Amino acid sequence: MSAFVWLTILTALRILARNRMRAGLTMLGIVIGVAAVIAMVSIGEGAKRAVQAQIATMGTNVIVIFPGVTSASGVRGSQGSAMTLTVSDALDLKKRIPLLADTGWAKRDVMQIIYGNRNWNGPINGISPSYLTIRDWSFTSGGPFTQTDLESAARVALIGQTIVGNLFEPGEEPVGAVIRIKNVPFHVIGVLAPKGQSAQGADQDDVIFIPFSTAERKVFGTSFIGSVGAMFGSTDQVEDLPMAAEQIREVLRSRHRIQAEQEDDFTIRTQVDIGKVQEGTSETLTMMLFAIASVSLLVGGIGIMNILLVSVTERTREIGVRMAVGAKRRHIVMQFLIEAMTLSLVGGLLGIVLGIAGAKLTTLIAGWPTIISGNVILLAFFFSLVVGLFFGLYPANKAARLNPIEALRYE
Amino acid sequence: MAALIECEDVWKIYRVGDVEVQALRGLSLTIEQGEFVAIMGSSGSGKSTLMNILGCLDQPTKGRYRLNGIEAGNLKPDQLAGIRNQQIGFVFQSFNLIPRTSALENAQLPLFYRGLPLKEQRAQAAAALGRVGLQGREHHYPTQLSGGQQQRVAIARALVTSPSLLLADEPTGNLDTQSSQEIMKILETLNRDEGITIILVTHEVDVAAYATREIVIKDGQVLSDRVTKARPTAIPVGV
Ligand SMILES: Nc1ncnc2c1ncn2[C@@H]1O[C@H](COP(=O)(O)OP(=O)(O)OP(=O)(O)O)[C@@H](O)[C@H]1O
Ligand SMILES: [Mg+2]
Repeated sequence: MSAFVWLTILTALRILARNRMRAGLTMLGIVIGVAAVIAMVSIGEGAKRAVQAQIATMGTNVIVIFPGVTSASGVRGSQGSAMTLTVSDALDLKKRIPLLADTGWAKRDVMQIIYGNRNWNGPINGISPSYLTIRDWSFTSGGPFTQTDLESAARVALIGQTIVGNLFEPGEEPVGAVIRIKNVPFHVIGVLAPKGQSAQGADQDDVIFIPFSTAERKVFGTSFIGSVGAMFGSTDQVEDLPMAAEQIREVLRSRHRIQAEQEDDFTIRTQVDIGKVQEGTSETLTMMLFAIASVSLLVGGIGIMNILLVSVTERTREIGVRMAVGAKRRHIVMQFLIEAMTLSLVGGLLGIVLGIAGAKLTTLIAGWPTIISGNVILLAFFFSLVVGLFFGLYPANKAARLNPIEALRYE
Repeated sequence: MAALIECEDVWKIYRVGDVEVQALRGLSLTIEQGEFVAIMGSSGSGKSTLMNILGCLDQPTKGRYRLNGIEAGNLKPDQLAGIRNQQIGFVFQSFNLIPRTSALENAQLPLFYRGLPLKEQRAQAAAALGRVGLQGREHHYPTQLSGGQQQRVAIARALVTSPSLLLADEPTGNLDTQSSQEIMKILETLNRDEGITIILVTHEVDVAAYATREIVIKDGQVLSDRVTKARPTAIPVGV
């Protein structure tokens, strides 16, 4: 049997090479379908990986708690529109929930920052020192402030790369400099390492951190003392996130005396939740991709079926001869199936090459990151094989059911 | 030993619309191993129809056909294909070589369906081409060969499996006198030296003259059946 299969494949390749134009046109559907899928999946994977990297910049195993209610669509009123979360909430959470490794809090406002003769409007964040560790901030020079700085409401600031770029000369060392926020002088004690864009597309490096107490007393004004813009928690294990989130919810509901039938006056998001939202969008994209792929593979398959039907008619006499010298039905079926699969496989391989080239070109020209996954290539290969098999079946059976005498007489 | 071919009251009836064509009408015939039979008769008398049944390409509507003792009338298509592959070689009027395929590959074709190792297929096909005087032409395509040479490739294809029966329906019908004689000499030699049973259909008397027995068909029945030559001895040479 193996000599048979081998020779049949060779014959199929020879027929294909003989009718290059025809074979090429026949394979076009499969080539384009496979190429489109490979290219688009590679681009999609690249984008997904980039988003995952952005989500990772949130920190490790982070839970974010916002004041106020989030509507189902995920749209939230601006931070500070509700003042329901307080520093004592955050402290109490840490005390009562052992799963939480740490909690932190922050409050932000955009203010004018002046250094020398330059100024910049940037977001000022009053934070607890724990916030820095929860969100995995590191430093390119200097270092964080301490609990003592928080308790004494020290006028110290940590500044992000965007701020550095806008206030300082290139090469100038910001640590040790004095900047003025709302006319209050602050010592820069640390420069934050860059994080780039957030998953929502915001510039995370356009940021200044000062101790929470300093922000409350000296910068933001004294209304709503003790309320925070957001709270943060972290767990040691990523698996603990949902459980911790649930416990946070229970503690906060009881602290805020929320009745059973009432809604939460806060919103909890874990890093996993945020990742899921992103995955959701890429899933829609994937679905669309598969729709495109199915349609083009279908069209390609019908093309193959069509050309095989023509081939069966053209080669009726040959089929008759083969039957006369002893070809059984399965031999004839195999012959045409192998021809169909050769067509679809060669088409699939061309499509794979074209798709990879397309993805590489996208990276080269548009600068989008692309990731070519072996799985997609395997899948494309497999699907082109299946298309050949499926659409070859009808012509192959048609050939095998020919009457040998009529086939031999066919003009 | 039973005869190679036994036809008993064979009928073949074609139905075209409402019209019934009785191509064979109760034909009976016995052919022994090693015979060289010429079948003659006017056009439409049923010669090709008979050949198709003898070659297991078709089955009788009524009656019995036994080949080597096997009842061919009850077999399924794949079983018939197996018998054709094992026991029968065909030579057609229009050569019926597979186009754009070398002489060697054409001659190889029956072995291909026997699932023989590739090397053996090649060796046996090359030997068969040698027996019909085509050594050196293995890699020629049909279009690069004369009609006579193409028919010789077809004979090589028919005898590559060492069949017990070789069927030739007007093998010289498309050939000139010279090529016809060459083909007939090859068939005569195969019959005499290798004991292959040959049944051949022809309209030409000088072609029929190579055979040892002549059967004339008329209206789907045997009109006459006579031995025209002493059969070559059935005893192999040298015993
Ligand atoms: N497939 C078919 N359908 C209907 N009628 C057929 C079919 N094949 C043969 N016949 C009829 O059967 C009869 C015998 O045909 P056959 O081909 O056997 O004749 P033949 O002796 O070989 O003639 P020739 O010498 O012209 O080749 C003819 O009348 C023919 O029309
Ligand atoms: Mg005829």
